[in-house]
Amino acid sequence: MPAASLPRWIDTGVIPVLNIALALIVSGLIIAAIGEDPFAAMAVMVKGALGYQEGIGYTLYYATNFTFAGLAVAIAFHAGLFNIGGEGQAYIGGLGVGLVMLALDSALPMVLLLPLGLLASAIFGAAWAAVPAYLQACRGSHIVITTIMFNFIAAALMVYLMVNVLIQPGQMSPQSREFDVSGHLPFVHEALAWIGVSFARSPLNVSIVWAAVCCLGLGAYIWRTRWGYELRTVGHNERAAVYAGVNPRRVIVITMCISGGLAGFVGMNEVMGVHHRLLLDFTAGYGFTGIAVSLMGRNHPIGVVLASLLFGVLYQGGAELAFEVPGITRELVVTIQGLVILFSGALAYMTAPWVARIYYAVKPRPEPAVSAA
Amino acid sequence: MTTDADSATKKRAAGQSAPPPAIEFHGISKSFGPVRANHDVSMTIAAGCIHGIVGENGAGKSTLMSILYGFYEADRGEIKVAGQAVNITSPDRAIAAGIGMVHQHFMLVDTFTVLENIILGAERGLLLADSIAAAGEELKRLEAEYDLYVDPEAVIQDLPVGALQRVEILKALYRGAKILILDEPTGVLTPQETDQLFRILQALKAQGGTVILITHKLREIMAITDTVSVMRHGRVVADKITAETSEAELAELMVGRKIRSGLKRTDVAVGKVALRVRHLTVRDAYRVPRVDDVSFEIRTHEIVGIAGVSGNGQSELLEVLAGILPVAGGGFEIAGRRIMPDDPCDPAQLRTLGLAHVPEDRQRLGMVAEFSAKESAILGYQNEPLYQDGIMFNQAAIAEKCAALMARFDVRPPLPAVLSANFSGGNQQKLILARELDRAPDVLLVGQPTRGVDIGAVEFIHRQLIDMRDQGCAILLVSVELEEIMALSDRILVMFEGRIVAELPAVDADERTLGLMMANAAAATA
Repeated sequence: MPAASLPRWIDTGVIPVLNIALALIVSGLIIAAIGEDPFAAMAVMVKGALGYQEGIGYTLYYATNFTFAGLAVAIAFHAGLFNIGGEGQAYIGGLGVGLVMLALDSALPMVLLLPLGLLASAIFGAAWAAVPAYLQACRGSHIVITTIMFNFIAAALMVYLMVNVLIQPGQMSPQSREFDVSGHLPFVHEALAWIGVSFARSPLNVSIVWAAVCCLGLGAYIWRTRWGYELRTVGHNERAAVYAGVNPRRVIVITMCISGGLAGFVGMNEVMGVHHRLLLDFTAGYGFTGIAVSLMGRNHPIGVVLASLLFGVLYQGGAELAFEVPGITRELVVTIQGLVILFSGALAYMTAPWVARIYYAVKPRPEPAVSAA
Repeated sequence: MTTDADSATKKRAAGQSAPPPAIEFHGISKSFGPVRANHDVSMTIAAGCIHGIVGENGAGKSTLMSILYGFYEADRGEIKVAGQAVNITSPDRAIAAGIGMVHQHFMLVDTFTVLENIILGAERGLLLADSIAAAGEELKRLEAEYDLYVDPEAVIQDLPVGALQRVEILKALYRGAKILILDEPTGVLTPQETDQLFRILQALKAQGGTVILITHKLREIMAITDTVSVMRHGRVVADKITAETSEAELAELMVGRKIRSGLKRTDVAVGKVALRVRHLTVRDAYRVPRVDDVSFEIRTHEIVGIAGVSGNGQSELLEVLAGILPVAGGGFEIAGRRIMPDDPCDPAQLRTLGLAHVPEDRQRLGMVAEFSAKESAILGYQNEPLYQDGIMFNQAAIAEKCAALMARFDVRPPLPAVLSANFSGGNQQKLILARELDRAPDVLLVGQPTRGVDIGAVEFIHRQLIDMRDQGCAILLVSVELEEIMALSDRILVMFEGRIVAELPAVDADERTLGLMMANAAAATA
């Protein structure tokens, strides 16, 4: 990696900020070109995302999805796997939650349905990732290809199920019936109301707590356990892993199952937390955005959280922008989001050589880049 | 030290009309953070001579050559080529200045032919056919001039190592190199191939070329070079005319102290069989046997050395015994457990049977470059209860263990948090050895224990291996260094094309007979 010789704070701090700044500058130029004021647009965006309670709620709700999807990509990355299938795994994870709720929502209380929903989304998501993982580990089919294909299979499967099997009888739109209240995850504004704090309504639900737990758990798993150690060994150097008595196939399958399970929680957030029914396309591209989130967050849970918050702001603020400023359409907002993804994902290290030149002009090299031989 | 160099050049130049030196370094300095790889290095290399550079690992030889070849830029200092100051910022510039480099690890495309590799990056014209035709002519000329023959139509992956090296040299010459840098060129060659290489270098010199030879092997310096520079801790500590120095003097200059010559070893009676190998066969992906019906045994208190030209099945033998490669036929027995094709055993299980393995390729097998030293120090032992604290790692215990290993094996710097890749080769090797010897294994597999390791560390590593043997360990040693095999082993097996073709007690071995056996030419030539 070109930035490997730069100190950590530049790699994980300066360069990402620089990338976002570049994306915003280009966005600003486009906004100016269509005759709007880029600074006013920026103000609308920030205010829309962070300026009032409902906006904050939405921003955090989006960030929750991005965190799950980003963590899914991050853990796979540490094992040297590029999981492009977060979208499909989230979709099928949501299907799992939906099936459990449709079957049991009238029979069980929320305290039992919550862990069951959690488990169902994880298991379904993991199962959807397990097939490409098996094909990679034992048959040599490249995981990037198979996970992409599984996204399409998931989409096709969901259309079939929603249209033919799970649709609410007598309805035209392909949706299931709404779950009983016991099958709804509590909204944050509801939870806060119980303890006497009033907060504006938003789709933000208790999934965000689970997202935080996942971040901590994943960080500990990757860097503080022997399983995480084996996972990273496989990711860095598969031959060394074999030497160390680690079975890379097993590690690949387990890691992809964890990854798929994490992506599945996006489905839980959407189906059990927001829509309270099964429907089509509830994943809305979160799984794909998770790739950019993970890249931008340098595959570290803290970085993933920060990148998720940024994308939450972009989504919520962007929606507000399209709504408030007539000259800026929904498509332009997508363009801005795309620019951020482009600069911080695909072009993540574009600025690294320039930063390095400036840095080393100011300061002598701080760490041994190579041992002399 | 510069005065030495000047006098050396003057003496050489006295008889001739003094052409400008091929290469002059003036005050080259290069730091990597706190590491001063080169410090105020000045060196003069006369045109038309073979110049050797010796030094321990980390002495700065490769860094200096990397600066000359444009991989790094010097922080300070100046380089002159044939009297002209040059600014070499990339290998392209180096090639343009007439400098060619043959790397320790060959940079060839395996699936291309020799000719395709040679023109790679130096194609002329629009159509490949023109380049190939032109290159064919040029190759014939070079072949005649330097006695450097390689079949231009052969595919790289089918060629032996010695031929690959000739291709690398041809590549450099084809680009018009007048100055050739060779970095540890003989590491993988048989004595016979080495001789052939040296004949080529002599031919180059006779044609007016300049050769810079970086090597650990002082014997080669003595055999082939005209002048030699010794580097230590990033500085040039001596420039010598080879004829006026000796191996002992160079060795002393390199490490800055006297080297004990020869290893003291006590005779210990061998004990019971610790590793029994019976009709062991390993096949590669194409079902070709790489280890072919091999049988031997190693007893406690015994070091068995495997001599052979690399690529004759030694690596596969080590890896099958370590559980990395599957057994295709026959089997082996360790600690009462028989490992057969239908009863395999993975590396983790073999470790519990008392086997330890210091792999040949420490970078790719023995450690993870991106891990901190303490993480590499538990590789293979990551599941030991000592390192666990419930479901989490016991970080303190791991760091403590690493610090203890580093102290015992004098790993420098003794910092468990430093990235594995940032240690020098010798220190990486000491850390791996420390890790593997720490469990007092019953059977130890060692591959190339001192490859790329400096002389001081070589001595230390050899001592450790002898001590392990004295304590009762059964050791299987694979090395391309015949001297090492002869110095350490009690018995020597010679491998050729996957089979063991000879066995002899170490006391009866000498380099010439072994070399001939390795080439499986004993019957024909001896």
